[in-house]
Amino acid sequence: MTATAMEQDGYNLRLYVAGQTPKSLAALANLKKLCETHLPGRYTIEVIDLMKDPALAQRDQIVAIPTLIRQLPEPLKRIIGDLSNAEKVLVGLDIAPS
Amino acid sequence: MKTSVRPRIVARDLPVIAKSPTGIDGLDEVTFGGLPQGRPTLLCGAAGCGKTLFAMTFLYNGAVDYDEPGVFIAFEEQPEDLITNVGSLSYDVERLIEQKKIVVDHIHLDRNEIEEAGDYDLDGLFIRIGFAIDSIGAKRVVIDTIETLFGGLDNQAVLRSELRRLFEWLKSKGVTAIITGERGDGTLTRYGLEEYVADCVILLDNRVHDQLSTRRLRVVKYRGTAHGTNEYPFIIDQEGITVMPITSSGLSHDVSTERVSTGIADLDEMLEGRGYYKGSSILISGMAGAGKSTVSAHFANSICAAGQRCIYFALEESPQQIVRNMKSVGLDLQQWVDRGLLRFSARRPNLYGLETHLAAMHREVKEFDPAAVVVDPISSLMGAGLAGDVHSMTLRLIDFLKSRGVTALFTNLGAGSAETATTEMQISSLTDTWLLLYNRESNGEHNRQLYLLKSRGMAHSNQVREFLMGSDGISLREVYVGPEGVLTGSARVAQEVRDRADRLLRSQDMERRTREIERRRREIAAQIETLKAQLVSEEGEMELLNLEGAAREDQRSADRIALVQSRSSKRAASSPSQPMTSRK
Repeated sequence: MTATAMEQDGYNLRLYVAGQTPKSLAALANLKKLCETHLPGRYTIEVIDLMKDPALAQRDQIVAIPTLIRQLPEPLKRIIGDLSNAEKVLVGLDIAPS
Repeated sequence: MKTSVRPRIVARDLPVIAKSPTGIDGLDEVTFGGLPQGRPTLLCGAAGCGKTLFAMTFLYNGAVDYDEPGVFIAFEEQPEDLITNVGSLSYDVERLIEQKKIVVDHIHLDRNEIEEAGDYDLDGLFIRIGFAIDSIGAKRVVIDTIETLFGGLDNQAVLRSELRRLFEWLKSKGVTAIITGERGDGTLTRYGLEEYVADCVILLDNRVHDQLSTRRLRVVKYRGTAHGTNEYPFIIDQEGITVMPITSSGLSHDVSTERVSTGIADLDEMLEGRGYYKGSSILISGMAGAGKSTVSAHFANSICAAGQRCIYFALEESPQQIVRNMKSVGLDLQQWVDRGLLRFSARRPNLYGLETHLAAMHREVKEFDPAAVVVDPISSLMGAGLAGDVHSMTLRLIDFLKSRGVTALFTNLGAGSAETATTEMQISSLTDTWLLLYNRESNGEHNRQLYLLKSRGMAHSNQVREFLMGSDGISLREVYVGPEGVLTGSARVAQEVRDRADRLLRSQDMERRTREIERRRREIAAQIETLKAQLVSEEGEMELLNLEGAAREDQRSADRIALVQSRSSKRAASSPSQPMTSRK
């Protein structure tokens, strides 16, 4: 689990994966790269492995894997896929490309 | 079908597909045991066909009756809504959830909330279903409606491959699953789910005919097993789902040799003096006003009088009206209603479709457990469905009643129209006893006649009887059969009067002729007397004559002797005997 200090306008991100699949690993790598580029120091990433905690899948309405959820800032946003399409991820997270 | 297929499989000892009973009345008969165990079944149909209720019933019955916990994956409805909705079928799902026998998981997918960025799979769904299954050890799974995925996600290629994987995975989990799908245009499902679920496909349908809707079910395919291939009507009501397979009870019901009275002594007389067979079906057809209801009421009355229960399905008249009308023929039906022996079940034929009628009847019969039912008239259900439907409904009703040993009496309004004639044709073959009531017009009046067209398994009378209704009930009179033909009513009465007059005349004539002969006989006797008297007097005359003649002869001979003597005394005065001697 990766976590950095939160800031007021920080992004609280959760990545749901199911085991160490290539897609999961790719998604995490892509996410990290993206955040470092666009949100340096303003983000937290929580990786949730549903294999370990399957009950969370129901609680958080997860269907597709991997799923990225933007908890903060409001409103809640969902992005599914291995996040290889950086442009779409940025749109999904409401991050204006800098 | 059941008997011909099953034993052969068993005899050859081939692997038989294990089946999971649905517990839905009728469906298990159609599928010969239920859905394929451990495999997914596709349940498709248009919106409002009852897919969700069907699926929930499958889970509910599994949890309650077969000790098989179930998981309901709802894509469309919120769990609360779902629970409330099936609550109308008296399913207490909430309690089962508390008892950990059912899990309801709602999967929410909103395309607007989801951005797709790259490759993904549906492992999340698998994990959720898997988790739900494992949490209660579920044996049954319902996924309702998985096609929502197609609306929520863009990548069709991924979806399709994932669905294929899902069904394989469900199979590997060994759960019996129902996947519901919306009916597509020209295809069974909109997204072609039938490609993936190949083992068993059931199609639900809701058709509207004459503003009355009828739900139907058809097993489109069921791999590796025999199944009923027809469309079977089914109903959904507060008691749940009932599928009505025509062949569900086969033709193997127990038959009874017991008899039940018709309630009309004269009619009993026509049926070997003992009435109908118990558990048989009786059809009474006739025109309006021929007395069908009255015959039915007599039957109901006699059932109740024997202390047994009877349901009177009144499709044309209100119960109060029937009770009032039957008072006029001396039947007090109200007393049986008060004692709980007679139940009137009145409903308009076009209130709902045939199947609902049938189901309502089924339920009432199951609930009240009567010895007999009366459906008056069955022909009015023509308005509630197609002719063929009425036939199959009646068939199913008769089947059902026979299997319960309930004596069933149907009346059929036959006015000679094509419509009712068809009903007659269709129903009559199903019934064991068929009474025809005529209303014949002659000499300016209508007279009722009754004729026993058939009565299976007994030596019944073949006579047409005149059917009379009086304040003390029905009586049957033998019709007048004479040189004038068959006469009824006042014609019969008139003929009888004429006959009586004729008889009187004939006997008077006889008397007159007898008297005449007697008189002549006496006359002749008198003549004989006279003649006899004449004879006697003639005989007397003759005697007198004879005597006279003899006397005259004597006198003559005496005179001659005297003459001779006088002569000889002149010659010799010897004795007068001498000439006598000399003459000798």
